[in-house]
Amino acid sequence: MAGAFSDFTKGIIKENPTYVQALGMCPTLATTTSAINGLGMGVATLAVLTMSNVTISLVRKFIPEKVRIPAYIVIIASFVTVVDLLMHGFTYDLWKTLGLFIPLIVVNCIILGRAEAFASKNNVFRSLLDGLGMGVGFTLSLILLGSVRELLGNGTVFGVKVWGDAFKLFMMILPPGAYIVLGLLAGLFNFIGIKKNEKAKG
Amino acid sequence: MMVRTFKTTTAPHVRHPDDTSKIMRDVLIALIPVTIFSGFIFGWYAWVLAIVGVFGGELTEYIIMRFFRKDKNFIPDGSASVTGLLLALNVSVKLPLWAFLVGLIFALVVGKHIYGGLGANPFNPALVGRVFLLISFPVQMTTWVKPYWTKFWMSPWDMVTTATPLAMLKEGGSSAINSLKISDFFIGNIGGSIGEVSALLLIIGFVYLMAKKRVTWHIPVSYVGTVLIISTIFWLINPEKFGTPIFHILSGGLMLGALFMATDMVTSPVTPKGMLLFGAGCGAITMIIRYFGGYPEGVSFSILIMNAFVPLIDSFTKPRKFGEVKQNG
Repeated sequence: MAGAFSDFTKGIIKENPTYVQALGMCPTLATTTSAINGLGMGVATLAVLTMSNVTISLVRKFIPEKVRIPAYIVIIASFVTVVDLLMHGFTYDLWKTLGLFIPLIVVNCIILGRAEAFASKNNVFRSLLDGLGMGVGFTLSLILLGSVRELLGNGTVFGVKVWGDAFKLFMMILPPGAYIVLGLLAGLFNFIGIKKNEKAKG
Repeated sequence: MMVRTFKTTTAPHVRHPDDTSKIMRDVLIALIPVTIFSGFIFGWYAWVLAIVGVFGGELTEYIIMRFFRKDKNFIPDGSASVTGLLLALNVSVKLPLWAFLVGLIFALVVGKHIYGGLGANPFNPALVGRVFLLISFPVQMTTWVKPYWTKFWMSPWDMVTTATPLAMLKEGGSSAINSLKISDFFIGNIGGSIGEVSALLLIIGFVYLMAKKRVTWHIPVSYVGTVLIISTIFWLINPEKFGTPIFHILSGGLMLGALFMATDMVTSPVTPKGMLLFGAGCGAITMIIRYFGGYPEGVSFSILIMNAFVPLIDSFTKPRKFGEVKQNG
């Protein structure tokens, strides 16, 4: 059971898809203008990732080696369509803000990467945990990035006011702010990783 | 067996009395006339910004080196105060002090030390700070103050605001700037960033640096020359819409940029040929932004963009080693 548990937790810090593996950069940079957008994008990706991981793990033995990538894409695209329509129906404002980036989950390399690297080789239960873990890690990363950018750029976190309008750094909402904050956070995560390794070695 | 009585070290063996802090001191001296002048036209607050820039820059760098990069032997070399002073000369006098400090810390942390400190930064730190401030505080950074010669004690928030000549040109064409005298541009009797208005004093400072052999003429001449050529062509095409060449050379941050920002040793090419290419690129991008861009002024963006090309320019213009055979020749 310990192995299964680590399938879930590894995605959150040790193999964090955003800051450690640097996967799925496009939605990470583009949609994290606020914490709520980051959360929305993260949860949408989490849902698709979990479902596609389970499905691909279920059918992994039927798919011929040579056509596996197109087959994965078809499965992923179906789930993305489901999520897209659900978000259109229930969270219309968020759907409008995220716009093109919801359909683009199809080509998110985290999802294809986990399908190729994990779900196609492991059983359904472990694939489920892996999908959930990676999805949660991605969601938390996006919330963290979105919160920092929203706080610095707009003075709010999840719409709650922290400081006044005068202290807004408008740049943090713009693309350069995304790159700078992402870089600094990735540096921080790597720093923590290095410190941990040093401690483990003694 | 012979006992070695003296140690030999590896090359280089040539010693030179110059070091970083001497160069930085000369740059600071070259900027003194402009800084003093800025206080007289924009009020005491311009001096506050300059002093905070110099000492705040050094303090920030000391804290970064000592506590974040853990360098116990760090001795301030003056490069941070040059960055701080250049940043102060590059902002509007209406910028609040705390915002200036945020920009200064950003310039030194993100513009310089993230890349590994002095000598390793691809972009000019002062310009990184300026562009950061320009994008983050568009209102404070683009509200300019009319020069006030006699009212030194006036705080900038009581002063009459004005548009820069370049903004006037962008809004209203040549007719909007016809009333301005070229001599005002030369002396510095126009609205603009604290240190960019007086072409005369900037040139005096640059001549001092050239006399001390800290810089060469290549970058400023090719930069200003390119601006001259491009603006002459456009002026001949449509004098109503595009200003005169002399206006383009003297207005905005061109003089400050060409003389002091583009010539930064770390972020400019090494060879003379590369410097000419670098200056020409800066001039062309500046004029493209001025004519067709969203911002009225493009000096800081153009220098930052060309900074990114410096490694490429350096590898293109690498001189042949003595005795090296031309390849594919």
